[in-house]
Amino acid sequence: MDDRVAVAWQQLPLYLGEHIVLSAAALGLGLTLSMLFAIAAVRNRYVRWPVLTLASLIQTIPGLALLALFYPLLLALSALSEHLFGRGFSALGFLPSLLALTLYSMLPVIRNGVTGILTLDPAIGEAARGVGMTDWQRLLRVELPLAAPMLMAGVRTAAVWVIGAATLSTPVGQTSLGNYIFAGLQVQNWVSVLFGCVAAAALALIVDQLLALIESGVVRRRPVRIAAGVLVLLAGIGVAAIPRSDAASYVVGAKGFTEQYILSALLAERIAKEGGVAMRRTGLGSAIAFSALAAGEIDIYVDYSGTLWANVMRRTDIRPRTQLLAELRDWLARERRVDLVGALGFENAYALAMRRNRAAALGIASIDDLAAHARDLSVGADFEFFARPEWPALRDAYGLDFAGRREFQSTFMYDAVATGEVDVIAAFSTDGRIAANDLVVLADPRGALLPYDAIVLVSADRADDPLVRRAVAPLLGAIPVETMREANYLVDRSIDPLPPVAAARWLSENLAPRN
Amino acid sequence: MSANPPAPQRIIELRAVSRAYGLIRAVHNLDLVVHAGEFVAIVGESGSGKTTTLKTINRLLEPDSGDVMIDGVPTRSHPAHLLRRRIGYVFQRIGLFPHLTVAENIGITPKLLGWSRAHIAGRVGELLELVNLPQSFAERRPAELSGGQRQRVGVARALAARPWIMLMDEPFGALDPVTRDALGSEYRRLHERMRLTTLMVTHDVLEAVLLADRVVVMRSGRIVADGPPRVLMNDHPDETVRALMDMPRRQALRVAALLEERARG
Repeated sequence: MDDRVAVAWQQLPLYLGEHIVLSAAALGLGLTLSMLFAIAAVRNRYVRWPVLTLASLIQTIPGLALLALFYPLLLALSALSEHLFGRGFSALGFLPSLLALTLYSMLPVIRNGVTGILTLDPAIGEAARGVGMTDWQRLLRVELPLAAPMLMAGVRTAAVWVIGAATLSTPVGQTSLGNYIFAGLQVQNWVSVLFGCVAAAALALIVDQLLALIESGVVRRRPVRIAAGVLVLLAGIGVAAIPRSDAASYVVGAKGFTEQYILSALLAERIAKEGGVAMRRTGLGSAIAFSALAAGEIDIYVDYSGTLWANVMRRTDIRPRTQLLAELRDWLARERRVDLVGALGFENAYALAMRRNRAAALGIASIDDLAAHARDLSVGADFEFFARPEWPALRDAYGLDFAGRREFQSTFMYDAVATGEVDVIAAFSTDGRIAANDLVVLADPRGALLPYDAIVLVSADRADDPLVRRAVAPLLGAIPVETMREANYLVDRSIDPLPPVAAARWLSENLAPRN
Repeated sequence: MSANPPAPQRIIELRAVSRAYGLIRAVHNLDLVVHAGEFVAIVGESGSGKTTTLKTINRLLEPDSGDVMIDGVPTRSHPAHLLRRRIGYVFQRIGLFPHLTVAENIGITPKLLGWSRAHIAGRVGELLELVNLPQSFAERRPAELSGGQRQRVGVARALAARPWIMLMDEPFGALDPVTRDALGSEYRRLHERMRLTTLMVTHDVLEAVLLADRVVVMRSGRIVADGPPRVLMNDHPDETVRALMDMPRRQALRVAALLEERARG
């Protein structure tokens, strides 16, 4: 407990700082745009409906999806800009987060602004025109001051939303308080999850109270309150924006699960040992990690051959392990200029697993045996599995017809099979929880599942970097599946779990002797 | 060409002004001239086009056709907000700015015109006196005033930038009868003293007759009678005008009879 809290405190300046800068930028931009839209909507009733509807519509898109959608959009824009002006920009991290959160912040401000002005007594508007005000004078001297309390209420709502939603920017590569939550969720470090939630809530609460102070200053016309609130807010943003010296020269990426956290820590440690400065960008979405590498946003990470085969090459056929690896290496070098440095030695494949005693009771040892009982059983998997080509391939190869299927965050999938909530899961073959939960992996006699060799990928910019070569070389072929499973279990076990960095250290000390 | 006697100066002139709201014709082909120093009241039933006529003069409404001239210059030749700063406007719902003090409300048009702070403060003091409000009201907010006090501020605000034209739309219509009578006669004195030209819309014929030099009767967007109250009250050929203008006289006679009874009893 104390240890995990101490680690969390250490990370707070970085995570909180990034969170504040991101939220403030999104709110600032959102407020400016919202005000313009609100004024346009007040002045022109033909603009009003589309603006309000569009703002409401954006609000119905889940925050995470909105963030995810901006990534491919910006990637395309960056490619276009590179094509037109010879300069691209980073489509990962700050920019997609900023744009998504900006959009997210707009509804309450636009709606309250429009309502605040339109519900003013029409006599006041008539008087403003009658005394000789121009449209702008009427807006600035009469309508905005009178609608200010309502507008400020909208700003407060927007601020709380944005600070909360900013935690979702972690999967697109923007550091935020969400790093506590996503990493914690993966490695079942509930202290970290709680820490992230409390920090985000506290930040939202403080900002809300400061805005409330400004609001009361606006309502009662007390300039001192307004100034005090604004000053404290600006000071906070200023402190958060002080640049930290994390001039990383190598960016190591990781997707959002335990093994990836450990392997990225291992790669970072190796790079550091060779004299490089490494920064980790963890918790990336599965598809985002590869695009980020191809675009040079990250320099190195570990992916799995079968994943790229199906998702990036869009192949639906199945090849034996070594042949698939060779074809993948050629294709990546040719089509994406990504260097497949080599395989780590283990496979993290999908494997159907059941509780040992249940499998024994039903007499199931292979997927062939399972097919006979599938009608009475339910199957669970992560969010990806059922959408992948190997699921129909597996289903058709064995004639599997389950009674039901459910999807889980991968952490909860193991709990679900252990408690009997589902009977069979599509587990990951390196997962320490297979042994921990006393599960058996069913044999695949027909070879219907894709091979998933863990492979080190390096971006085009770093392909010829000798430091990277030296850092990676000792790892190639040096991690057998049992070792990886054990390392994963060190982090995933419920009693005395280690942080991923510690598991990486254990892993580096237990590399298989190379021949 | 014979020499004409010098005609009185035409301050407001409407030429063939028409204005419709969708299919409803509010004002139809209306001609009206108001001379310098006149106090003209427009009366008529609701929907007769009184307010529409008034609002075309300071361009709160634009006519569909026809011309409005102020001092012989078409109002369309200048931006509307500049025109309005030269014309006082008072209306039934007053429209004081609730976030501003009484002084700031009164001083708003001078401020828009770029008067100095000291000049505005002096003018606000004069106006409070002129509309019979104590100087201590300057720092109050509209919400702290009674209805009558608010409309005094409304009149002061309209007069602040020294306009010579006042447009008034049912200015005292929402006030209690006593306040209404007092404010009406006080305003008439201001009109005289400041040599204003006033056009007032009212549905209260008695008020029109008592305050105005000239009464214009409107019906269905047209003028059906136009003349001094004395003349209009004297057996007008138009039946509706007669019915309308008879009312104050009948009321006066009934009141006189009542007073006589009391005196006898």
